[in-house]
Amino acid sequence: MNRAFSKTSLKHLSGLLQRFQSTLVVAEHNNDKLTPITLNAITAASKLGGEVSCLVAGTNCAKVVEQISKVQGVKKVLVAQHDSYKGALPEELTPLILATQNQFNFTHICAGASAFGKNLLPRVAAKLDVAPISDIIEIKSPDTFVRTIYAGNALSTVKCNESVKVFTVRGTSFEAASTEGGSATSEDVASSSPTGISEWLEQSLTKSDRPDLTSAKVVVSGGRGLKSGENFKLLYDLADKLNAAVGASRAAVDAGFVPNDMQVGQTGKIVAPELYIAVGISGAIQHLAGMKDSKTIVAINKDPEAPIFQVADYGLVADLFKAVPEMTEALSK
Amino acid sequence: MSGRVLVGVKRVIDYAVKIRVKPDNSGVVTDGVKHSMNPFCEIAVEEAVKLKEKKLIKEVVAVSCGPQQSQETIRTALAMGADRGIHVEVSGKDYEALGPLQVSKILAALAKKEEAQLVILGKQAIDDDCNQTGQMTAALLDWPQGTFASEVSLEGDKVKVVREIDGGLETIKINTPAVLTADLRLNTPRYATLPNIMKAKKKKVVNMKPADLGVDVATRLEVLRVDEPPQRQAGVKVETVEDLVGKLKETGRI
Repeated sequence: MNRAFSKTSLKHLSGLLQRFQSTLVVAEHNNDKLTPITLNAITAASKLGGEVSCLVAGTNCAKVVEQISKVQGVKKVLVAQHDSYKGALPEELTPLILATQNQFNFTHICAGASAFGKNLLPRVAAKLDVAPISDIIEIKSPDTFVRTIYAGNALSTVKCNESVKVFTVRGTSFEAASTEGGSATSEDVASSSPTGISEWLEQSLTKSDRPDLTSAKVVVSGGRGLKSGENFKLLYDLADKLNAAVGASRAAVDAGFVPNDMQVGQTGKIVAPELYIAVGISGAIQHLAGMKDSKTIVAINKDPEAPIFQVADYGLVADLFKAVPEMTEALSK
Repeated sequence: MSGRVLVGVKRVIDYAVKIRVKPDNSGVVTDGVKHSMNPFCEIAVEEAVKLKEKKLIKEVVAVSCGPQQSQETIRTALAMGADRGIHVEVSGKDYEALGPLQVSKILAALAKKEEAQLVILGKQAIDDDCNQTGQMTAALLDWPQGTFASEVSLEGDKVKVVREIDGGLETIKINTPAVLTADLRLNTPRYATLPNIMKAKKKKVVNMKPADLGVDVATRLEVLRVDEPPQRQAGVKVETVEDLVGKLKETGRI
């Protein structure tokens, strides 16, 4: 009898708790600036209807905490500053997130579906013994999400019955939250003791003055048709005229024309700019997965049968070595 | 190091197949469709076999979780140079619901049972596109993880891993035992030659069930429906660069 009673009251209690959503967004940053995809994740978190907190962990958090405190929709910023968070290693961040979760009992934990989020969140989920949901493109309700499968060729609507919903957010599917108008409070959380099983050594980042690929309004991408790394200069010149980021197909990366962080596709970056110009790219399924949500797609290819023309709003069957310089020229006028 | 590597391999619809959504929206048509080893798993197998060829490890064990046909995928790994296979049989409804959480529990249990020093997986399967299993396996084992690896070097009891990250590359050094997940550029997988395919038939594949490893495959994720993505409107062909720029200006894109 007693047991039956406590079971019902537990059920009642958890029902009550479920009505109060609270979401933790794990902020991605480089100790100086918040990574833009975190703003998209905050928008997704706000759609859940509950209170949104952000966790900023790093070796030097002050600047990022200041930025994130002003972001619209953020109620609370949790700060964990410690030398062991150098390089944002998941072995060190996971115990911190678990401790934070123990303290605050969030119903949702999320991050942007970037290399950082993809690396970290499944580790957190496994520790919580829940199945995470990757790269969501829509929130139907606090427990129902839409994501793509098979390289974007099918949409899967998933209901998550886990006690804590852990998910990553496709940045291009949610607007960025405004970086002004918010007034979050910040509070320090206890850092976890270092596990020391991994060590960050170095980073080599591709330097570029062009806008970031995943958030650029215009993207110019090249494929195998460019024939060499030097020829990519044609695309850089065009991109400069359009203030565009430059992307690439897997073929161009594998052939060594450009570094792999420029790859657009199922296994590279997912972009959805206002204008995507595909140059010398045939349009394999894996490439389309990364760009077919672009508002306007332009294809320049000399093969009229190339699959890219099936998704292009404007197609030009022409030799790119002639057409691209012409286009750069036309835009200079 | 003279340890053992566990390699996870998944049987998926071949990457070149244009998939079809079932009319009842319950999933994707898989019957009668060409399947093969997930491309990222091939890269994981290749890396494990390379480590063995360099005599840095002594044994490569290929594992696959799924129905009867998963054995073919294990045979492919054996033909590429894995020493033996473990087939964790999951079929019917359980297989439809099998996700990264369940697979990582199976892999973690096997890694302990086999006293593996490395678990190498692909970074993602091209069907569910989850990119979770490696990270979750590492978590369950409390091992460090080297995900999206494009370069792996064993240095004593540590592994140096170059990882593909958003802005470029990063290098980490992690303790072993560890879990690694392979990115596309880690290596180029070899083709299995006919003699090796024949030899692979003689290699041992052990069959077991998740329950033998104490793993419960129940899931708390429910796929409500699977839909076709919205189709794009057919576009137009333009004749000249001038036309193209004109059209883009008209629509306000430039």
